[in-house]
Amino acid sequence: METPSYIFGIVSAALVLGVVVELLRRRQLRERHALWWLVAGVLALIVGIFPSTLRWAAPLLGFELPINLVFFVSIGILVLVALQHSAELTLLESKTRVLAEQSALQDLRLRALEQQLALETAKKRQG
Amino acid sequence: MVESAWERTLVVMPAFNEEESIGDVIREVFAKLPGMNLLVVDDGSVDDTARVARKAGAMVAVLPFNLGVGGAMRAGFKFAIERGYRNVVQIDADGQHDPASAPRLLEALESADLVIGARFAGEGEYRVTGPRKWAMRILAVTLSRTAGARLTDTTSGYRAAGPKAVAVFAAHYPAEYLGDTIEALVIAARSGCVIRQVPVAMRVRSGGVPSHDPGRAAAYLGRACIALLFALARPSSPGLVRDA
Ligand SMILES: Nc1nc2c(ncn2[C@@H]2O[C@H](COP(=O)(O)OP(=O)(O)O)[C@@H](O)[C@H]2O)c(=O)[nH]1
Ligand SMILES: [Mg+2]
Repeated sequence: METPSYIFGIVSAALVLGVVVELLRRRQLRERHALWWLVAGVLALIVGIFPSTLRWAAPLLGFELPINLVFFVSIGILVLVALQHSAELTLLESKTRVLAEQSALQDLRLRALEQQLALETAKKRQG
Repeated sequence: MVESAWERTLVVMPAFNEEESIGDVIREVFAKLPGMNLLVVDDGSVDDTARVARKAGAMVAVLPFNLGVGGAMRAGFKFAIERGYRNVVQIDADGQHDPASAPRLLEALESADLVIGARFAGEGEYRVTGPRKWAMRILAVTLSRTAGARLTDTTSGYRAAGPKAVAVFAAHYPAEYLGDTIEALVIAARSGCVIRQVPVAMRVRSGGVPSHDPGRAAAYLGRACIALLFALARPSSPGLVRDA
């Protein structure tokens, strides 16, 4: 492999890993959301530093062109991340639903209490 | 029987942008079912539904955004549990359900946990055609088998739930489109609820627009079948979030 593309591969992988770790450190990303990104970053770094691993693994898994293995794994990870997000979204939606219900029912109780209070103060004033 | 059962019965009326009809519908409920407890669940309406309903004398729970009929109904079931109501009757806000049939649904609750007011069982003029009719036919056959009872109108929103069904629904009423009717039946049947149907007459809407017009009938067919398949495929304890 050419030296510039060799260095470019390592730098990109290190950059991805660096961003993920930094986000984790600043608590802008929770561990369970970062898992697949970490896996992707580490794999990219390994392949970037040791391209021979790719040339070794590709034929073993039946890929004629090593680059196809890269595409396959990349797409696979993206699909997993997207799927995880959909599942998280569903969970969030069901949580919001519970909150919405509670807010509606509490609003109802509050109104009833206010009404009762208004009645009682009116009574006191009269009596 | 009827009068005493009413005291512990709550009518829940899901409403989405129904300012035109809801006032009259509420007044009709109070006229035909005197002293009935009525909760309107305003599901993020952008019109005056909540104010009109309050003025007509109903309790109104306002959801901060639209959750769909299922979401509104679960809020209603939770309210029923919170306040100690035994039975919940769902009546639509568009005037299609005649409140005069409610006592018959409640009577049927004596031998069942969930009673469906069925629109095609002989009474009234309500007819549907085309794909929606076929969807309903398929649903009826499949859900009858699941429920162990003959059901001809599984998408009817006119229903009465007894204490057992109320408890199940307060925790697990589905929010998905069509889930409120189809999946709710599956959930009830799987929880061991006895399901029955009672013929009711259905009227035309008294105002506003129906949420699914005939133009969307084909989509309705597809979505109904998908909803049914998923409902049947789900593990028997649904719901991702456990409630307090
Ligand atoms: N809570 C809630 N109720 C709705 C929604 N859409 C329709 N509804 C109510 O559900 C009932 C039945 O609606 P409708 O459009 O007449 O459906 P159809 O009778 O099955 O054709 C009415 O009381 C509507 O106000 C919604 O998004 N949320
Ligand atoms: Mg209707």
